[in-house]
Amino acid sequence: MHEWALAEGIVKTAEKFAEDQGIDEITEVKIMIGELQQVEHEIIEFALDQLRTPRMKSAKFAIETVPARFKCRKCSHEWQLNTRNLDKETGEAIHFVPEMAHVYITCPNCGSPDFEVTEGRGVWLVSIKGRKKE
Amino acid sequence: MSDPRLAIIPGRFDNVKRIIAVSSGKGGVGKSMVAVALALSLRARSNKVGLLDLDFTSPSTHVILGAEGLYPEEEKGITPPVTQGLSYMSIVHYSEDEPVPLRGLDASNAIIELLAITRWEELDYLIIDMPPGIGDATLDMLRLIPRIEFLVVTTPSQLAYESVRKLLVLLQDQKIPIIGVVENMVIKQTDHIKEEIHKIGSRYLGAIDHDASVEAAIGHPEKLEMTRFYRQVEEIGEGI
Repeated sequence: MHEWALAEGIVKTAEKFAEDQGIDEITEVKIMIGELQQVEHEIIEFALDQLRTPRMKSAKFAIETVPARFKCRKCSHEWQLNTRNLDKETGEAIHFVPEMAHVYITCPNCGSPDFEVTEGRGVWLVSIKGRKKE
Repeated sequence: MSDPRLAIIPGRFDNVKRIIAVSSGKGGVGKSMVAVALALSLRARSNKVGLLDLDFTSPSTHVILGAEGLYPEEEKGITPPVTQGLSYMSIVHYSEDEPVPLRGLDASNAIIELLAITRWEELDYLIIDMPPGIGDATLDMLRLIPRIEFLVVTTPSQLAYESVRKLLVLLQDQKIPIIGVVENMVIKQTDHIKEEIHKIGSRYLGAIDHDASVEAAIGHPEKLEMTRFYRQVEEIGEGI
């Protein structure tokens, strides 16, 4: 997923959560990003900084990357992908739409494209910390 | 805790006046041809039109349009490339026309991803070529796209209509606006499908004759625009 779109989604979700919970100041947003997304930390940090709302003006965005792991549905082989080994075009296609992994990657054991991404796909807001005014 | 992609999807359509899903309960009814002809004919009447191909496992609008080598631009998300005057988004921009073997959840994730990253410019119409049936893509559209309207395609075949009827009932139950039903590939005009559609309280938009010249126009939009098929879709488009 594109870093700016992702940052927009994170800020909107955090803002709505804070509003629903009556949080006046967000202090920390913890985010898990799957390796398959191939998100550039510097770009997303810059985007989050540009998009932050007054409620999150001093919030810390803690970003953690989860390694991408696969399990073949055909032969049950499990493996870990090193996204740095992907060629540029494949890497870019997977960056924008991670499910394109099924187009370009096959099981290293049996060659099947029918595998499950067991870890490292998607983006989650793990926690939001903040303060309510007295 | 929460998927941040879902928060931005509705806003991605803020600049789009009407979102029309060209859909069918059944495959092979000419849905993609109708979607492309509708998009081109609306564009020809000076509308700003986008075309989104959501049939990820069998995308075909790029083949009909003869669109090759297109790639979206990156600008705080992605901007669809333009072909034939249409802002055009398809999974083939990323799959390079290779097979896309996706199971349900993966297909759903890919749709969500594409909807979340695509920034549509100001459009009068966004035409969506839907995959057939009432599976993940249809359910995702009902869940995620605000103001979506359905234009449903059938053929005179009872088999096609039986599946289309189920789609219509689902949409009616979910209170999703249905523009109406197009009867495509008509060889001999009868009122059977029209009566069936009226029976369940939907609108019959018109019949499109079977047109053998359409096959030769695939990949050549300028030839497609010369066909009787195109003119009949254009007439239907004027009434929506």
